[in-house]
Amino acid sequence: MSARGTGSAPRGGLSGFFFLKTIGMALSQIWANKTRSFLTALGIIVGVASVTAVIAALTGLKTKVLTEFESVGAARLYVFPNRPDNVPRSKIPWEKCRLRIEEARAIADQCPSLKGISPLVDITLSVESDTQLIEGMSITGIWPAWHDAIGRKVLRGRPFTQIDVETARQVALVNEAAVEELSLDEAGSGGIGSHVLLGGRRFLVVGVVETLQARMFGMNSSQAEIFVPFSVAEKLLEGWYFMQFVAIARSPEVAEEAKAEIEYVLRRQRGLTKEDPDTFRVAAIDQFINQFKSLASGVTAIAGGIVGISLLVGGIGIMNIMLVSVSERTREIGLRKAVGATSSAILLQFLLEAVTLTLLGGLVGLVIGKLMALSLTFIPGANLEQADVPPWAIAVALVFSAGVGVLFGMWPAYKASRLDPIEALRHE
Amino acid sequence: MEEPIIQLRGITKVYRVGVETIHALRELDLDIHRNEFVAIMGSSGSGKSTLMNMLGCLDRPTSGEYRLGSRLVSSMKPDELALIRNVDIGFVFQSFELLPRQTALENVELPLMYSATAGGFRARRARAAAALERVGLGNRMDHRPNQLSGGQKQRVAIARAILSNPKILMADEPTGNLDTATTGEILALFTQLHREGQTIIIVTHENDVAAHCRRVVRLRDGRILSDLPAEEDPEVASHVAGAREAQAARLAAAGAAA
Ligand SMILES: Nc1ncnc2c1ncn2[C@@H]1O[C@H](COP(=O)(O)OP(=O)(O)O)[C@@H](O)[C@H]1O
Ligand SMILES: [Mg+2]
Repeated sequence: MSARGTGSAPRGGLSGFFFLKTIGMALSQIWANKTRSFLTALGIIVGVASVTAVIAALTGLKTKVLTEFESVGAARLYVFPNRPDNVPRSKIPWEKCRLRIEEARAIADQCPSLKGISPLVDITLSVESDTQLIEGMSITGIWPAWHDAIGRKVLRGRPFTQIDVETARQVALVNEAAVEELSLDEAGSGGIGSHVLLGGRRFLVVGVVETLQARMFGMNSSQAEIFVPFSVAEKLLEGWYFMQFVAIARSPEVAEEAKAEIEYVLRRQRGLTKEDPDTFRVAAIDQFINQFKSLASGVTAIAGGIVGISLLVGGIGIMNIMLVSVSERTREIGLRKAVGATSSAILLQFLLEAVTLTLLGGLVGLVIGKLMALSLTFIPGANLEQADVPPWAIAVALVFSAGVGVLFGMWPAYKASRLDPIEALRHE
Repeated sequence: MEEPIIQLRGITKVYRVGVETIHALRELDLDIHRNEFVAIMGSSGSGKSTLMNMLGCLDRPTSGEYRLGSRLVSSMKPDELALIRNVDIGFVFQSFELLPRQTALENVELPLMYSATAGGFRARRARAAAALERVGLGNRMDHRPNQLSGGQKQRVAIARAILSNPKILMADEPTGNLDTATTGEILALFTQLHREGQTIIIVTHENDVAAHCRRVVRLRDGRILSDLPAEEDPEVASHVAGAREAQAARLAAAGAAA
């Protein structure tokens, strides 16, 4: 017999056994209605999987870009032509904005904080070696300072020299990929001493540089690169061309100073008065990083919106299925109350069931997202080798999944808890 | 005499359906003592189920007082009543009410889910197993309801009801869904539990069932019509006499045939 104090208020409460049993029963309920549960959780699975994959991709891209930026140091500066905003096109024509080679010379001469500067100009030409022909290859015209400014040394042979530029020697630097694609290694010299035909001129390959793993911007299918002295490139150019400069400060600490010097020299070169806006832009590396970061957070926000919508849709599905479950199991609820379940125990039980379902959906979604992230790393040239699901994304996905269960399971669970046991037991 | 464990005083239950008021129970007084074995009888609509739900703390009276042991349950809050149902009352239903996907053992364990004081996992399991042993189903613990006969299902339900050693075991038409042979089996189980000291209240309209009880309370229109020891209840007594004659006749016929 249960001997209990006469005056003491009855004390209820739930044990670990309750939670264990409830979760066990929720799982068996899910298992018994496999198809239904799967379809219900699909919204959550898809939402979590897609956002996980997007976040993984972004994280990978970010790691990649940041390490690449950091490896070249914070001392690099780019100079672009730039038409100022809010000024009519006719007032400042392109001619006044575009960079000229004399400007690069002036900067090189007059900026004490600068270690070096090189123009960058791209020409697309077909390239011929003794055995191969490649159409539409990108040729870049540079100065010797390019090696320092970009941070790419020669692996074999020699770098460009001032003489190459001043005498417009028909010499070329190629990367490993170009050696490969143009079969320049026939003589066994690693490509040094071989010749390539560019726009009908014969160039001697004097050095080989490393192939970058996929170019930062632009997704050329070929990774082959050929560099020629700027003075030679100028001869290959016809009409309009786009030029930018890349420069390197003496140290990262003086990068800001170097930037100011460049701006000063350029403004003077262009005869701009105090009131005139800049017709160019000098960008330090941080600006790229910041731009990239804001792009990344923009994409993350959009992905967040997508996951929000799919969780909402998933949540409505959960609510629907839980309402069905409550009405199917009305007698069971009546019985549970008859054997001593309080309303709050029933409420908690159905909430836990909803949360179990959504959490399971979230977990499946995470696994799929993780697999998607993994497969992203195998896409060549997509810069996603480091794509991975960060721990915070896992935590957020699980918290949101559980939250959806609580939010959308609340109404059905409340309905279950309010059932009158006598009527529930009479329910057919 | 010992204090009754159930004391009903002036219990009235009124249902309102639209403009109509239905008096399901009227000013009912009833005492039930420890280890009584009571049948509640009466025609359909006489208030048996209403009384049963009241006694089982599933429902509260419109007016009147209900004392269970020393406690006044007629003024308790829903959560307090839930605890009383969990600990002091065992219910057996006409249609068993077993959870289909759970084993016999898990079904018996169910009330312990809502108890904070029933001990650890093992202790709970052991209690459920002991209850199943008591109803003679020690060898069916892992069977699911669809693997059990009707009589076995009702035994599982009885095991669930006696799990917490309740003050009262209540059954509303417990044999209503069973054939005659199985009915006998279940009644024998109730009789055995009664012998072991259990207080039992059964709602039934079958004299056959009432004949196993010690006391018969008859209701009509929500009032107590009669309240007699089973052997003094005229209908039950004549039923028993009739059954004896039939038995004797059968024995005689069997003897003659032999
Ligand atoms: N929930 C209810 N609402 C309205 N009337 C009810 C309700 N439950 C029972 N009644 C009425 O109360 C009376 C007694 O019912 P009940 O206790 O179920 O009788 P019994 O179990 O003896 O057949 C009947 O007239 C019935 O119609
Ligand atoms: Mg009834």
